[in-house]
Amino acid sequence: MNGYKIAVIGDRESVMGFRALGIDVFPADEENAKAVFTGVVRAEDPAYAILYITEELTIPLRTEIDALKDELIPAIIPIPSKNGTLNLGMNALNSAVERAVGSNIL
Amino acid sequence: MAVMSDIKPTRMELKKTKARLKTATRGHKLLKDKRDELMRNFLQIVRENKALRQKVEKGLAEAMASMANASRLMSPEILEQSLLCPKQGVEVDIQLKNIMSVNIPEYGFRTRTDAAEDIYPYGYAMTSGELDESIDRLSEVFRDMLELARAEKSMQLMAAEIERTRRRVNALEYVMIPQMQDTIRYITMKLEENERSTTTRLMKVKDQILQEAHDFEY
Repeated sequence: MNGYKIAVIGDRESVMGFRALGIDVFPADEENAKAVFTGVVRAEDPAYAILYITEELTIPLRTEIDALKDELIPAIIPIPSKNGTLNLGMNALNSAVERAVGSNIL
Repeated sequence: MAVMSDIKPTRMELKKTKARLKTATRGHKLLKDKRDELMRNFLQIVRENKALRQKVEKGLAEAMASMANASRLMSPEILEQSLLCPKQGVEVDIQLKNIMSVNIPEYGFRTRTDAAEDIYPYGYAMTSGELDESIDRLSEVFRDMLELARAEKSMQLMAAEIERTRRRVNALEYVMIPQMQDTIRYITMKLEENERSTTTRLMKVKDQILQEAHDFEY
C-alpha cells in the first residue's frame, strides 16, 4: 500500500513548522476540530496513513478517535502542543495495556 | 452442574461431546499459547513505545520552544509566508507485518527530494536563524515520530487482539470445557442408570415367568 500522506492537526502555532518538512498541516481549534478531523480522515478513502493531533484537540475528538482505534489506517498519534504535554499520550498507552492485560501492570 | 441444553443421553451424543471436548481442549491450549506470545510481543512494543514517546515529547517541546523564539523575532506574516510553500514532500508506504495473526503496519518513508537543505522552504534574507533551528529540530524529531506512529498503532492493534484472545481462552476454560465435561458425566450416568433399570426389569420378568411356569412362590 503506497503513496499515503501524513497530516498534522493542531493549533496554528504548534503545527506550523511541520509544513516545512512536507507534511500536510491542518490548523484547527476546539470549535472546528470535528469538521477538520472528518475532512482529513475520509473514512471510505483514506489519504493519510498517519495523523498527528495535538493533545488539546484529542479531547473534543475522543469518540471519533476511539472509533478508528482498531483500523489499520489511519494511525492517530497524540503529540504535545506548544503548551507542553497533558500526558494524554502516556494515558493512552496505559489504557492500551489495561485493555490487553485486564489490569494496569505498569 | 451445567449441562448443555438439548442433549439427549444417547451413546451417539456421548461420542460427539467427547470429540468436541477434545477439540475444545486442544483449541484452548493453542489459544493460550497465542495469548502468551502476543503478550510477550505486546509488552516489548509497549516499552519501546514508552521510550519513543518520551523522546518525541522532549524533542517536540524543544522544537516548539525555538519556534516560539522565531515567532518573537519575526513578524507573523513573514513567518507564515516563509512556510507557505514547502519544497519538501513526504509519502508513506505501508507494509504489513504479521505477528501472531495481527497485521501491524511498517511505515516506509519517502521524501520528494533527497537534499537535506530542502527542508527550508524560504530564502534566508527575511528569516531568523531560530526558524532554521526549529525546523532542524522538527525534522530530527520527525524520524522518531514515525517510529512512534508504528509502535503506537501496533500497540493498539495488538491490544485489541489480545483482548479478543483472552476472552476466547476464558470462555473455553471457564464455560465451554466445564459444560462439556458435565454433559459427558451426565450422559454416562444416565446410560448406566438405564442399564441398571434394564437389568432389574429382566430379573423381574424372569421371576414372573418362573412363577407362571412352576406356580412357585418366592
